[in-house]
Amino acid sequence: MIYFDNVSKLYNDGRSAALQEVTFQVTPKEFVSIVGHSGAGKTTLLKMIIAEDKPSHGQVFFESLDVHQIPRGKLPRYRRKIGTVFQDFKLLPHKTAYENIAFAMEANGRSDEEIMENVPQALALVDLDDKAWNFPHELSGGEKQRVAIARAIVNQPDIIVADEPTGNLDPIATYEVVQILKKINDLGTTVIMTTHNKGVIDELGRRVITMDEGRIVRDDENGKYVL
Amino acid sequence: MLTGIRRVAKAGFVGFWRNAYVSIASVFVIMVALFVIGTSMFLDQLLTTSLTQLQQKVDINVYFVPSAPQTDIDAIRSAVEALPDVSAVVYTSREEALSKYRERNQNDEIAMQALAELDDNPLGANIAILANQTSQYESINLFLEEKRDQESAQNPVIDEINYPRNKEAIDTLTDIIDGVEFASLVTMIILILAATLITFNTIRLAIYTAREEISIMRLVGASNMFIRGPFMLQGLMYGLVAGVITLIIFYPIMVYLGPITAAFFEFNIFTYFVSNFSYIFLVLIGSGMALGLVSSTLAVARYLRV
Repeated sequence: MIYFDNVSKLYNDGRSAALQEVTFQVTPKEFVSIVGHSGAGKTTLLKMIIAEDKPSHGQVFFESLDVHQIPRGKLPRYRRKIGTVFQDFKLLPHKTAYENIAFAMEANGRSDEEIMENVPQALALVDLDDKAWNFPHELSGGEKQRVAIARAIVNQPDIIVADEPTGNLDPIATYEVVQILKKINDLGTTVIMTTHNKGVIDELGRRVITMDEGRIVRDDENGKYVL
Repeated sequence: MLTGIRRVAKAGFVGFWRNAYVSIASVFVIMVALFVIGTSMFLDQLLTTSLTQLQQKVDINVYFVPSAPQTDIDAIRSAVEALPDVSAVVYTSREEALSKYRERNQNDEIAMQALAELDDNPLGANIAILANQTSQYESINLFLEEKRDQESAQNPVIDEINYPRNKEAIDTLTDIIDGVEFASLVTMIILILAATLITFNTIRLAIYTAREEISIMRLVGASNMFIRGPFMLQGLMYGLVAGVITLIIFYPIMVYLGPITAAFFEFNIFTYFVSNFSYIFLVLIGSGMALGLVSSTLAVARYLRV
């Protein structure tokens, strides 16, 4: 469902590259982890999928859609098909947990009935029913990330893109977040996640793509964290 | 569509409320701008009115010799009335002139005694001539001068024409008012420009703090209008609130200034404020809302590009 065709991203100086001739494919319901050192191109790769960044060469396809040919006005509609989770959570600070999740549905044009039904379900899935009316600054890191995940899944996207979702979390919160992502994947949503965390990879035992200096150097089913 | 509008409206109100500090700052800045705009409106009105009133006071007085025959006076009077430039002629007879003089000097013992000494009324009749426009006095004056030149030296009719004496004072006053009007116009334009720029910048800073939020909204897949709408609404609300507060502040100022301006300029600014309230209301609230809307729309546009 995601297909990178010989994608390269050069920086303005024309020599240093964030991505070099990257080609890979993600099939539906897969759970793909992307590992690599800082600056290996993991985040750039994810930004390509959500059309935040443009490749210098090559194409990125979402199903049969060339992501970078989508006109700017249609981008919001495209992004609604993808749930995003970030290391720094990216919650709206002036909205409560409930409102943050509801916002994603409002932006999607869902009805009030759907919102009232689905937001509590999403909160229950990440086990945060009791923190619905807390603002982000009143939540711990793990709780914030769980809100972010609830927001990412509430529109029932085809795919979840998670950039270092456990990067700012302690081991227990990390474990919880990974369990939730696993559960979402088990329910049928494709997940693409970047991480530094060896424990997470070894615990998952799913497909692992290893990157180095903008290239894919390994791609293993049931992979281990090898660098 | 309707749900979208309702959500944008709600988000606008909630945003206004939760960012109270930023909202208050923006409201204050717009208030300053509106205050400048309002003050310039009132000042302009004050100057225009006083200029018109001054122009209305300008007239030419022709004083006739006391012994002038009534027929000659009537002849001049009807000749002047026939001039196209003349809008009105007010005739004061010898008797009326005397009674007016008495009235004016009723507390002046010496003047009254001097008057009593005389057997005859020492005052002549006079006419006051009003022109349609100030610039026409010159030609009316010329006409009168000509009339006087034609008179025989033994039996003069016209004693004095006061135009040359008035002219200098009128010119000076007109110059002063023109100067003040110009200076105030320039000052106001500069002040309004400065206030507008400050408003733009304050709201831009307010929205700068929200740039992170805007980028998050884009990532979640919110359309541009869905993101922009609440900010635009907040801009309108800043303007509305600022306009209302400015009007409320202007009220006691006008109550205080009313009698003062009435005494000094013969123009009661409070009466003007009350009778033109709907116009002033529209101008102040309208420019406040326009200022808020334009500033916030421009500010958000910066962060929606990419």
